[in-house]
Amino acid sequence: MADVHVQGVTKSFGETVAVGDLDLQIKDGEFVVLLGPTGAGKTTTLRLIAGLERPDSGTIHVGGRDATALSPAERDTAFVFQQYSLYPHLSVFDNLAFPLRSPARRFPEEAIRRRVEEVARMVRIDHKLNNRSTRLSGGEMQRVAIGRALVRKPAIYLMDEPLSSLDAKLRADLRLELKRIQAELGATMLYVTHDQIEAMTMADRIGILSDGVLVQIGTPRAIYSEPANLHVAARLGQPAINLLPAGLLPDGGAPTGTTTIGARTEHLSIEKAANGHADGVVDWVEHLGDQNHLHVTVGAKKLVTLTDPDTSLEKGDRVTIRYRSPLYFGSDGQRLM
Amino acid sequence: MSLTTAHSVVAPSANSKRIAGAIVVGYALISIVPLLWIFATSFKTPPDSIAYPPKIVFQPSLEGYCNLFTTRTRQTPEYINALGPATGLCDATVRKRNMVIAGPSNFLPRFVNSLIIAFGSTFCAVFLGTLSAYGFSRFKVPLADDLLFFILSTRFMPPIAVAIPIYLMYRELGLSDTALGMILLYTAVNVSLAVWLLKGFIDEIPREYEEAAMIDGYTRLQAFWRTVLPQATTGIAATAIFCLIFAWNEYAFAALLTSGTAQTAPPFIPTIIGEGGQDWPAVAAGTTIFLVPILVFTILLRKQLLRGITFGAVRK
Repeated sequence: MADVHVQGVTKSFGETVAVGDLDLQIKDGEFVVLLGPTGAGKTTTLRLIAGLERPDSGTIHVGGRDATALSPAERDTAFVFQQYSLYPHLSVFDNLAFPLRSPARRFPEEAIRRRVEEVARMVRIDHKLNNRSTRLSGGEMQRVAIGRALVRKPAIYLMDEPLSSLDAKLRADLRLELKRIQAELGATMLYVTHDQIEAMTMADRIGILSDGVLVQIGTPRAIYSEPANLHVAARLGQPAINLLPAGLLPDGGAPTGTTTIGARTEHLSIEKAANGHADGVVDWVEHLGDQNHLHVTVGAKKLVTLTDPDTSLEKGDRVTIRYRSPLYFGSDGQRLM
Repeated sequence: MSLTTAHSVVAPSANSKRIAGAIVVGYALISIVPLLWIFATSFKTPPDSIAYPPKIVFQPSLEGYCNLFTTRTRQTPEYINALGPATGLCDATVRKRNMVIAGPSNFLPRFVNSLIIAFGSTFCAVFLGTLSAYGFSRFKVPLADDLLFFILSTRFMPPIAVAIPIYLMYRELGLSDTALGMILLYTAVNVSLAVWLLKGFIDEIPREYEEAAMIDGYTRLQAFWRTVLPQATTGIAATAIFCLIFAWNEYAFAALLTSGTAQTAPPFIPTIIGEGGQDWPAVAAGTTIFLVPILVFTILLRKQLLRGITFGAVRK
């Protein structure tokens, strides 16, 4: 295990800048998640660190060593791909043993067997070691793919949306397992996803990527409650943050220059209008069982917030809405104090 | 439509199955009858083979096969009677026609030439084709599209159109009537097919497999060998069959460029002359034996071939 330091790395494909002037430091044993939409440069960042792409400029250090010009094999990283992760012509055992059998390593077969069995237990696939890798369920395949990265002890594990092709239940299970394994091993991990729940639950630090630029990096808490700009604010929170023009609702205390106010559930207090004055009308109450989504129309805007499952609000109710220290954004999209 | 007779709109009806079956059987008969005719002729005696009306039922004889593998000379009955007992089945057969076996014919060496040249050129074409297809599939090759078009363009005209330049070239280079020359020629013709066919197959193998292997400490060549090749076997087998069939059956160049030591079976078989005309049973016997290797090879690889064709990756 070792730290990874990406400095000023830029990578373009033709006209498109996939990653622009990226600085990223991952400390030994840290779990960093890169969050961003498709095309934000997440995968390119991983591929640059793995050596599958060469940066146009900038340097990449792995474990204190300049790895910028090294081949993938020399970099000591492990990569879990989103898809196509298993060799279809090999058994589960041979898939797991594949990295250890590299001609560059030459481990004795006995040591390989012990290591493979150990890892198979860790990812809970030890009962299917002799199966053909094509005869596994999606969850099992992804477990093997993760296991294949774990058989080695590389400087850093790079994971490219390893859970995105799985169904929700499996994803939740594997998310927990992955976090447990990472903590057990004290592994350094760079994990890429567009799923905010994965980011929030697993990361020590989250980096938000947008159009190849690292917009903000920090603890999940900081990213959530102190987003640097509108883009970051919009990436986290369920339901998504409400972005309202200044002046739509009474916003005493807004700093000068505020053009947009970001309000999540915890930033809003909504009550049934007592008399005369009302700010909005309940549009719809969406029952999700353990909680409800409350849709409110305010002027030409719509708000969505969470509300108690036993809320007394109903469609057509007129409500008053007040901010409770929301997030203020200026005309450039940056958050104001 | 009544509710009780609901039927699938995608499954073929019994009637259309019957019609399809009839068409297939009819086509198979038309294709197979000439083969059966040759097979039957190979077991006829020379008089039976030219009998009119043709004999459907006949006394089978191995005379065609004997004549195929031997050369014979005519002798007087007195000479033959003085020889003592026949030394084998063929000896006995030819003696009935007042002939004795003078020695082996050229069929076996020609057949061996065919094997060497066809399999040799198939190996070369598939080997070169696999590597080039991989290169075109994975790397940014400058002018890749133009190069691929150029490679394909070698098949735009019938190969025989360049027969005369090739003939002169081969004579100058001393490649005329050599196995090496024929292997080079067939490889050159087949390699374009191999590149295009295999590129289709390799394009469909996700590059993540090699990338994963390279991150795991393999070189590109090792990754190619351990991850791409095993998954490309279907395409390689299908390509090999196509190349082999071409090289095995090729007649025009073989007739033009080989005459002696490197002659292949296709130009040799029609030249089998019997006494007083073409020895049809021997020709049929040669053709029958000639069909065997390609049949065996295709049957061995038929699973791959079928998968290759249904893969949607066969681009000609």
